[in-house]
Amino acid sequence: MTVTHTGMSGPAIETRGLRKRFGSRRAVEDLSLSVAQGEVFGLLGPNGAGKTTSVKMLLGLIPPSGGSARMLGVPIGDRATRSRVGFLPEHFRFQDWLTGRELLEFHGRLCGMPRADVAARAATLLVRVDLVDAADRRLSAYSKGMTQRIGLASALLARPRVVFLDEPTSGLDPLGRLMVRDVIRELREDGVTVFLNSHMLGEVEATCDRVAFVRRGRVVHEHRLADETEGVAVQLRADPLDAETLVGLERLGRALHRDGDTLHMRVAGEHVLPELARWVVGRGARLHHLSATRDTLEDLFVRVMDGERAG
Amino acid sequence: MRAAFTMARLTLHEAARKRVLLAALVLGVAFVALDAIGFHFILKGFAGQVGALAAAQKRFAITFFTLAGLYAVNFLSAMASVLLPIDTLSGEIASGVAQTLATRPIRRSEILLGKWLAYVAVLTAYLLLLAGGVLAVAATVAGYVPPRVGPGLALMVLESVALVTLSIAGGARLATVTNGMLAFGLYGLAFIGGWVEQIGALTRNTAARDVGTVASLVMPTEALWQRAAHEMQPVVFAQLNITPFSPASVPSAAMVAWAGIWTAAVLAWALRSFAKRPL
Repeated sequence: MTVTHTGMSGPAIETRGLRKRFGSRRAVEDLSLSVAQGEVFGLLGPNGAGKTTSVKMLLGLIPPSGGSARMLGVPIGDRATRSRVGFLPEHFRFQDWLTGRELLEFHGRLCGMPRADVAARAATLLVRVDLVDAADRRLSAYSKGMTQRIGLASALLARPRVVFLDEPTSGLDPLGRLMVRDVIRELREDGVTVFLNSHMLGEVEATCDRVAFVRRGRVVHEHRLADETEGVAVQLRADPLDAETLVGLERLGRALHRDGDTLHMRVAGEHVLPELARWVVGRGARLHHLSATRDTLEDLFVRVMDGERAG
Repeated sequence: MRAAFTMARLTLHEAARKRVLLAALVLGVAFVALDAIGFHFILKGFAGQVGALAAAQKRFAITFFTLAGLYAVNFLSAMASVLLPIDTLSGEIASGVAQTLATRPIRRSEILLGKWLAYVAVLTAYLLLLAGGVLAVAATVAGYVPPRVGPGLALMVLESVALVTLSIAGGARLATVTNGMLAFGLYGLAFIGGWVEQIGALTRNTAARDVGTVASLVMPTEALWQRAAHEMQPVVFAQLNITPFSPASVPSAAMVAWAGIWTAAVLAWALRSFAKRPL
């Protein structure tokens, strides 16, 4: 059981069979997932997989057609719980006649924060998202990247325990993307749960503890990013590779298959490679090439989605 | 209600920042100035004329022109009451601004109520500025103060509140253009319904009168103006129906009460509808 310094036990987000239909169209079908407190969780899927609809249901923006969901131990839609939830929508829009500072102060008041606290928190966050110089400029004059930054500051304003970030690096330059990564890292250190929705798999890979792949609003695969059980992919070229050598290789790895003169297989980790080389050379074969690569999240994404499509 | 007042403050701030208040003030002053100039020249035409007939004509001109000024105020106020808040909800829903508001720990009803309060305040001030100007001109230039100004202005304010409410309520469910078409369509329906009722009353045509009454039940704004105009003119004018602003069929107190109920019901529907609307 997870017990955090918030005093609440259990997952930060938990859904069971969550469904959403728009007329006859099924946007989300049986979404069941659990996100631990303090976890950085990524929701991945192709366009139209139901990611945004799922987030909107969790935030109470649209009512589910069925199933159940709890956030911070309380059924979704609870007003008081929303004071502990931050949200950066994919296309962050705002009252563009306000200045950046005014926007934060306005949202702080909506969150019921005391005036002095709002001012201090806004000042801190403006520094954090590197918008101090533009703080008193109207939002209509902000670039897309600056808009994302002020949106991020707004999401973090009320010191939330759960933060939903929908494409948080959209429109940001490399430095801005690094800033977002740092913010997510800080949130994790503070025990804040981050629910990340992003198409930028590299970003997800760099920041998330765990990801779930969704297709047609259903979780089809979950993957822990620090998970070593996936192993590494090995490419090997040697000759001759007789049947007995191949039998020996099968004992050291799995998913053996040949593509021309290259042999592909998966092994538990890089530590298996010396043993593999020893076995091939020991069998009297000449080893021309031996390399190992770890699957990127993109590889996994393509594999999972291809598998789903085929299935 | 704390959040509703925060939303109201934001909406007022928006009106000020976007120079809506400044535009209303400048055009309001221009309107009143033109009214004063018009009044001045109309009265100048009576200079040197003596006798009971001339006095009666002058009295008629002063009363008529004051009522015409108030009618123009009523029309401008009605247009502004529909147009100003027309996209306050639908625009924010379409752009996604509403999402960032609705995920805060506030009721959606507080968002809507805050906007409603702010627009009611702005448009009431606008109406009172224009109507006050027309009345001040009549008092200053012609020494004329219409009777029962308080109840008359209250009825005009209620008409403005009804239209603000309709405009905001439509925005909770409809796209901006559709909402505008609906609000002006209903306003037009009430307008023509009111005239059908008046002509029906003058010609003692019960069916026509009933059609007008039904139109007023659907959309009571024209009935409110008719009643306001009736209140703010001398009894003799009202009894003789000698101006287009003298209703032959005076909307009853029950109709005024219905307008209040209608407005409250539309507001209640808007609050409920927006609370359930997917964002």
